[in-house]
Amino acid sequence: MTNDRKIRVVVAKPGLDGHDRGAKVVARALRDAGMEVIYTGLRQSPEQIVAAAAQEDADVIGLSILSGAHLPICERIVALLKEKEMADVKLVVGGIIPAQDIPELQKLGVAGVFLPGASLQDIVDQVRAVAA
Amino acid sequence: MSKALEEKAAPPRTRPFTTISGREIRPLYRPEDVQGLDYARDLGDPGQYPYTRGVHPTMYRGKVWTMRQFAGFGSAEQTNQRFKYLLANGGHGLSVAFDLPTLMGRDPDHPLSLGEVGKCGVAVTSLADMETLFDGIPLGEVSTSMTINSPAAMLVAFYILVGEKQGVPQAQLQGTVQADILKEFIAQKEYIFPPRPSMRLIVDMIQYCTDHMPKWNSISISGYHIREAGSTAAQELAFTLRDGVEYVQWCVDAGMDVDSFAPRLSFFFNSHSDFFEEIAKFRAARRIWARTMKERFGAKNPRSMMLRFHTQTAGVSLTAQQPYNNVARTALQALAAVLGGTQSLHTNSLDEALALPTEEAVTIALRTQQIVAEETGVINAADPLGGSWFLEKLTNEIEADALEYFRKIDAMGGMVAAVEKGFPQREIQEASFQFQKAVERKDKVIVGVNDYVMEEKPMPILYIDETTAREQTARVEALRATRDQERVRKALAELQQVARGTGNLMYPILEASRAYATIGEMCDALREVWGEYEEAPVF
Repeated sequence: MTNDRKIRVVVAKPGLDGHDRGAKVVARALRDAGMEVIYTGLRQSPEQIVAAAAQEDADVIGLSILSGAHLPICERIVALLKEKEMADVKLVVGGIIPAQDIPELQKLGVAGVFLPGASLQDIVDQVRAVAA
Repeated sequence: MSKALEEKAAPPRTRPFTTISGREIRPLYRPEDVQGLDYARDLGDPGQYPYTRGVHPTMYRGKVWTMRQFAGFGSAEQTNQRFKYLLANGGHGLSVAFDLPTLMGRDPDHPLSLGEVGKCGVAVTSLADMETLFDGIPLGEVSTSMTINSPAAMLVAFYILVGEKQGVPQAQLQGTVQADILKEFIAQKEYIFPPRPSMRLIVDMIQYCTDHMPKWNSISISGYHIREAGSTAAQELAFTLRDGVEYVQWCVDAGMDVDSFAPRLSFFFNSHSDFFEEIAKFRAARRIWARTMKERFGAKNPRSMMLRFHTQTAGVSLTAQQPYNNVARTALQALAAVLGGTQSLHTNSLDEALALPTEEAVTIALRTQQIVAEETGVINAADPLGGSWFLEKLTNEIEADALEYFRKIDAMGGMVAAVEKGFPQREIQEASFQFQKAVERKDKVIVGVNDYVMEEKPMPILYIDETTAREQTARVEALRATRDQERVRKALAELQQVARGTGNLMYPILEASRAYATIGEMCDALREVWGEYEEAPVF
């Protein structure tokens, strides 16, 4: 990653949940850290999220999921990224994720998992690292 | 003693002395801080206008608060078992958590329901699931709170019909439906239709409950979610009560007499970690509501002026780190709610930053309330902190902040207009970001998260897999294959017809529910008429 181009991040809320406090706080922290952030808004299907990432030429997709729907949703997004030959787009997830699901998410290719209590600085640093 | 637990020498404090909402607190409060306070005018005894000190003369000596634990997960059958467990262990009333497809008016086989069925609550797709949910629970004897908003009218219809099957007339049913759509637009974002038709649906339901269900609280005007979304205590108070004003205004505008429905309005607040600020908030809430109902709406029945409320401890304060510490947090928050005079209480379970709670964790949460009620002695005297210079000053300050928001929102043309402008949404977003920055700077310490951190092992949690989704989809397919399709089609057509006109929507919703139309079908019928609301994605 060179300095001429800002890291581009699509922050998305998939599924039916409307609790967007975390997504918005993280979106703002990433923007304040100098990244280009596109927030999709609520209730985006995996198809819509991947389309947004393609259109925005995103380096990273950041999902906020609190409802327990993370496994089927990440699985679908990873499949769509492969199908659209966008495997270079990194996927990170934050939210309420049971510890037992983390290995499975990693196996799917999820590049970062952020749990409750994660500091904004850690999130910024890790997003930078996976985008590099 | 392990190294991690060794006592640290206290460093000189450099952090500001502020509440969790960022309110400055002085080192000492004295009589002159509350010089203008008039006992009869501003406080009154418990049970006396303006009810600052409580709505009942004897408060918890007469009856302790209702211990009401919010529960719901997986299938209707699984949640039915949890309900029976809670009732058998001293719980007083039921409180239903629905899953996201139910809350959003989607059937389990809709594409957006992927991964969501039975996860955050129980899956209820039609009257058939509601029958299972309350199987063996006599609706004439329990009171039930249902946390549902956009499709509230449908769930009230389901409940009425289950009662009917049990031989309990609707006039006997006791409970509450949340039905507070304004705070969905403001904070929790589980809206379906645009604000104005959403308000109509609520007003129709309130009208129906006023006419037919004298023991039913037709709405629970909620600050809980506003606070969870990151508001300050004063914003929680202001937006909740101003939402209340908006509902009252809409009902009055629809031709209802204020004293016919206002006694059945109830409220729902958060009890967060800043002990005195929370108690002050509850007391200020009662005073503002009493005066608003009397002076703004000309209410005459004292019950219209009494703010009765449910409280839940702050879910957002729970930490995934060192989760057993959450028992202490919850106990202190519960104590604040009781000292603030709550009518009912839900205590969160220690594992809720990780997952839905296990039965063991729920039991500790319920026992926490029982300890407050039975062991601490705080129930002996009403409003035991009333008259404290600090608390009365804080009550006055929070009240003043809330009334300032009232003025701003009135100037915008009311809460629906303010919501359409995104005003409360932006205020909350800003407050939540500022709080997070304060945590990052360690101006606010969260034990186990940004200080007092230690290595720990994962704890066992309740895990809900995709089984419920498959079973629920199969159940709804079977239902669609066996019910009277013609009756469903007619009922949904009638629902759309009424939605296009001005009749009360509860009647066609009851008929469609009786025909076993699903929640997704009923909401889709209304989506076709009213459209769906989309918020501008700003951050």
